[in-house]
Amino acid sequence: MSIVQAALKKAIALAPDSWIPGGSPDPLIRERHGHVGQPVSRIDGPLKVAGKARFAAEFPIEGLTYAALHYSSVAKGRIVEIRTSEAEQAPGVVLVMTHRNAPSLAKAPAFGTNPKAAGGDDLAIMQDDRIHWNGQAVALVLAETQEQADHAQSLIRVDYEVDAASTSFEQAIADGTEPGQFMGEPLKLRIGDADALFATAPAKVDATYRTPGHNHNPIELHAATLAWSGDELRVHDASQAVTHAAWTLSQIFGIKEEQVHVTSPFVGGGFGSKTLWHHQILGAAAARLAKRPVRIVLSREGVFRTVGGRAPTEQRVALGARRDGTFDAIIHTGVTAMTPHNAMTEPFIIATRSLYAAKSFRLEVDTVKLNTVANTFMRAPGEAVGTFALESAIDELAAEIGMDPIELRIRNEPERDPTQGLPFSQRGIVAAWRAGAERFEWYKRQQRPRSVRDGDWLVGLGCATATYPYYRMPGGAARITVTRDGRAIVAVAAHEMGMGTATAQTQVIADRLGLSMDQVKFHYGDTSLPGIVLAGGSQQTASVGAGVVAAHRALVAEMLKLAGNDSPLAGLHPSEVGGFDGGLCALDDHDRRESYASILARAQRTEISVEAEASMPLEMQHWSMHSHAAMFCEARVNEVTGEVRISRFLGSFDCGRILNPKTAASQFRGGIIMGLGLALMEETQLDERTGRIMNPSLAEYHVPVHLDVPAIDVIWTDEADPRTPMGARGVGEIGITGVGAAVANAVFNATGKRVRDLPITLDKLL
Amino acid sequence: MTPFLYEKVSERGDALSLGTHPGAAYLGGGTNLVDLMREAIARPTLLVDVTGLSCKIEEDEKGGLRIGAGVKNTAVATDRRVRARFPLLAQAILAGASAQIRNMATVGGNVLQRTRCAYFYDDEAHCNKRSPGSGCDAIGGFNRNHAILGASPACAATHPSDMCVALAALDATVSIDGPRGSRDLPLTDFHRLPGDAPEIDTELRSGELITSIVLPSNGFSKRSSYRKVRDRSSYAFALVSVAAALELDGGRIKNVRLALGGVAHKPWRAHVAEAALAGRPATEAFFAEAAEAELRDAKGLRDNTFKIKLAKRVIVDSLVKLSNAKDAPR
Amino acid sequence: MQFVINGRSLDADVDLRTSLLDLLRDHFGLSGTKKGCNQGACGACTVLVDGNRINSCLALAVQYQGRKITTVEGLTSNGALHPLQEAFVAHDGFQCGYCTPGQICSAIGMANELRTGVPSYVTADVAAEAITVDFDEIRERMSGNICRCGAYNGIIEAISETLGTIPLPEAKDAP
Ligand SMILES: Cc1cc2nc3c(=O)[nH]c(=O)nc-3n(C[C@H](O)[C@H](O)[C@H](O)COP(=O)(O)OP(=O)(O)OC[C@H]3O[C@@H](n4cnc5c(N)ncnc54)[C@H](O)[C@@H]3O)c2cc1C
Ligand code: FES
Ligand code: FES
Repeated sequence: MSIVQAALKKAIALAPDSWIPGGSPDPLIRERHGHVGQPVSRIDGPLKVAGKARFAAEFPIEGLTYAALHYSSVAKGRIVEIRTSEAEQAPGVVLVMTHRNAPSLAKAPAFGTNPKAAGGDDLAIMQDDRIHWNGQAVALVLAETQEQADHAQSLIRVDYEVDAASTSFEQAIADGTEPGQFMGEPLKLRIGDADALFATAPAKVDATYRTPGHNHNPIELHAATLAWSGDELRVHDASQAVTHAAWTLSQIFGIKEEQVHVTSPFVGGGFGSKTLWHHQILGAAAARLAKRPVRIVLSREGVFRTVGGRAPTEQRVALGARRDGTFDAIIHTGVTAMTPHNAMTEPFIIATRSLYAAKSFRLEVDTVKLNTVANTFMRAPGEAVGTFALESAIDELAAEIGMDPIELRIRNEPERDPTQGLPFSQRGIVAAWRAGAERFEWYKRQQRPRSVRDGDWLVGLGCATATYPYYRMPGGAARITVTRDGRAIVAVAAHEMGMGTATAQTQVIADRLGLSMDQVKFHYGDTSLPGIVLAGGSQQTASVGAGVVAAHRALVAEMLKLAGNDSPLAGLHPSEVGGFDGGLCALDDHDRRESYASILARAQRTEISVEAEASMPLEMQHWSMHSHAAMFCEARVNEVTGEVRISRFLGSFDCGRILNPKTAASQFRGGIIMGLGLALMEETQLDERTGRIMNPSLAEYHVPVHLDVPAIDVIWTDEADPRTPMGARGVGEIGITGVGAAVANAVFNATGKRVRDLPITLDKLL
Repeated sequence: MTPFLYEKVSERGDALSLGTHPGAAYLGGGTNLVDLMREAIARPTLLVDVTGLSCKIEEDEKGGLRIGAGVKNTAVATDRRVRARFPLLAQAILAGASAQIRNMATVGGNVLQRTRCAYFYDDEAHCNKRSPGSGCDAIGGFNRNHAILGASPACAATHPSDMCVALAALDATVSIDGPRGSRDLPLTDFHRLPGDAPEIDTELRSGELITSIVLPSNGFSKRSSYRKVRDRSSYAFALVSVAAALELDGGRIKNVRLALGGVAHKPWRAHVAEAALAGRPATEAFFAEAAEAELRDAKGLRDNTFKIKLAKRVIVDSLVKLSNAKDAPR
Repeated sequence: MQFVINGRSLDADVDLRTSLLDLLRDHFGLSGTKKGCNQGACGACTVLVDGNRINSCLALAVQYQGRKITTVEGLTSNGALHPLQEAFVAHDGFQCGYCTPGQICSAIGMANELRTGVPSYVTADVAAEAITVDFDEIRERMSGNICRCGAYNGIIEAISETLGTIPLPEAKDAP
């Protein structure tokens, strides 16, 4: 961090609350009788269940061609010869594109290098003969049908000159690591002398935990339908970052940002993976070259080869405590993998920065570089695997000192952020623990492992803390249009990947404007709309919320101007006015009001439209803002086979105000279920000899199926965070955190076996 | 997928004459063949759709069954006679794949499905089964799903079928028709061990058609079980599976059948263990001894050594449960 | 080739390699049926053929000429949702909605299987006359439909409610 940045950070931390967004709580927090907080069914539900929601690969375009990719079979080196003539002559083939004939493209600006950069890596795509990973696309075939393209692709033959590649995580660690960075900041933190305090601590654990690579595997295959008209590029994408994708494509193709129009009304799951990868870029390049529209749908194997996932980690957690459980030292260090062509470090220490008080800390992430597809953000990057290590270690310490693991956690509950020193905006984890413990009947847990048996099954209970930060990125904006019939359209370039965004935002906007839900339309998923809103970091709700707050403020001001002196609202300052019952009213006197229709009619206007940008997200540097949950798991381990079954699971959440209990519960459960996958079965198998992923299929990369998933109980504190828009914090990612440890801890309680490397497969318990 | 011609036949004779064409392949439900064609591992130029042939289950005087090769997996598992007399077979079928796939898959196709070895599936990898003589990447690579019994230095692939494990235990016979006439083979002799020709999965000769599977009647319907152990609770291939059947005479073993899945290039009939148990008291100690004997020559690779222990445990546990079953469920 | 889809007779001149799934999506514009793997490993492509659920991605279209094919588009009648579709909305049995048509068709196929007495791997006694339909039975029978969003609880609730008889373990949201 530069001196200026550091000084600025300090200044924001010390500034009076009132200067900071959230300094005066969002008035909507007080609203308790509106749509917010109601379990409203998804507004896009009827479309989705009827199969009428159109996804990226389902937009018809006249004259469409279909693409297929040919992937490299070596991890590093160069193409010596690529034989495409057989493919070119195959029936239906329109184009075979390789580095020999691809149009000239600029390097893809990689994520994090610019506020709108969306590239998974920063490579120049298909511009030369270099191979960067096993599975990189080296040729693209366009044909009149998918069958023809797929077949022609299989006729391509490539000779490589192979260079030595780094494809073994273990070997790379042995060869030496480099310090890691996340979002431009070093992943390194020292407070006090943790090693010394650890050495002298009366109670301690010191263990190494390992997590493998993971793939996102949303069920919708990554896909795009693309067409050029002149220099204008139209993209129907499956995207959680439309604005970012459009800007990045414009940089690559050397055109203006406005010349790229990306829409993505429905996304079949993203989890961090539906950003910009080579397939959209190659699809656009091929469309340009062939002068035909292109549909590119990655095969499931293609998704594994083209789209990065979560990097593997090896983590050490060493905890030094007094006999009463108070932490003296927290050491959380380790290594993760990245690639030479990206800048994403899996930041597994983030949760450890704010969860517990301790006298001293040493937190560090180091990295090694592997020649693989670029790793990327996957649901709770950092926390998902970091909490596995930390929260397993806490359980180990609790066993070591004979203390209940919940009490041990509560014993170390900090009063302020333990490493930043900032006050918490709101923190209800203790309440979540207490409520969860009661509901789960935690008191029934036997402290001694292997105490409970049910037939062949050993039964154990485990728990862990889950956490995810509140994020809000700069760039939020919104346009609100109110029409004379008293309806509103709110437009934000946001995304609906199943989080329930469209539904929850409609509820929020209805309350903010004083309208019913059917009077509100929420438009999203389109680069022609305002805002640079990434559906990531669980920040979309806050980002959209802050944009809408700003636009609403502008709307009220404009409306008051229009209302003029003949209105009951005359003389009121915008800050004294809110939306109510189809119009505006004085906040302290609901009888002073006028409907939107009446204001617009009097002003002889058919509509009013305002657009505004959200405030800078300074609140994140002024308060320590985090969601938490207490995760409880009952695991059964078969004594004969080592099979693990999860029979009960409870998540007790503290995530600020819950905008829609129905969709939020689904987000929590969905996160927990992905966490069960991480705990028990998910693993990307990278063959170290070749750097090739060997389980690129849903039959071999196991994710949980119906029978793996019990009825999952979720509860929440519903305590508003006074510092966030609507009092809400994100609910999308927290669910996966803590789950790995809760399962591992339950398995330990059942069997007495501590599994420190994920996934917990049955061979580790035999 | 390589282009191909397609013929649906309704007479066995037509199937057999088309089946001798070079590049011809019989097509059942397609759940394996279509997948392999899409991966360019199978490249037939003529598909002879045989789903219209042999779609019946017939019984003989003694209560045995002849199951047509074209009968869908679901239909076999639902047939009342199968459920009552050969519950082991119904269970094994139901342990495989998903309901959708079982609704498509035929008996003939299930018997002839190919290995799920990742290196077999990846045409960039070395695989003696896919391209003979190219080597085997699985032996030094990911081999959690691979064989611990009967593997060779050329190949450690496993046969993935659940149904066949039950058929092996039940002394089933495969009825075959071909250009040179019809013949019957015991299912246990139908699939091969890899040896130095892993590209040949079975004894079926080119152009031959499976017409049916014959199940002789037996006395096992009261005590039999199919136990499948896998990496998730459903919709996954077996790491180890055990088909076990027992007939007791007082406390002694009158008759026992054991077959293992997920451990070898073929459904593995546990002859050694069966021999060790015949006539012995049905006790855990004897079961353990027999399991030990069966797996004496088992050899683990990097990722699958655990299967040796697992297989023994599941054998013992299955037999203990079957012998304890007081009023055995069926 | 001639196909009977959602009660309508349709003609198409297609490549023999075309799967039933691609026939529906690319030739007939019936994109309600989804492609999640093209390998038989996810269930997103589930359709009903003569009332039986299958994975249309592994089905060659040519094999299904003349059979009665029902897709998610065929479940609504005069624009009104099928009760199971309604229940999916009410119980939030989806998030992104991509696996959803497959889950719904699969559940209808499963209901037919239950009616005709098809047992499952978790059926305690496969020889028994009647199958007790419980939480495990439904979960096992639906396990061929993967939902990466993890909407499993809502899906089972929706199915249970529609089938009417399945007692579920308690799993409530916060009051
Ligand atoms: C995701 C997935 C998971 C699966 N999981 C399991 C599992 O857990 N357990 C399990 O046992 N199976 C599993 N399977 C495999 C499935 O059982 C087989 O694909 C199926 O049984 C094959 O039957 P089919 O009729 O579709 O065969 P097809 O694909 O039509 O044919 C397979 C082979 O048999 C040949 N053939 C077909 N009929 C005849 C005949 N009458 N005579 C001669 N040759 C013939 C074909 O030429 C081809 O070579 C799974 C499959 C998938 C896709
Ligand atoms: S698309 Fe058919 S099973 Fe996945
Ligand atoms: S709802 Fe997204 S995969 Fe099921």
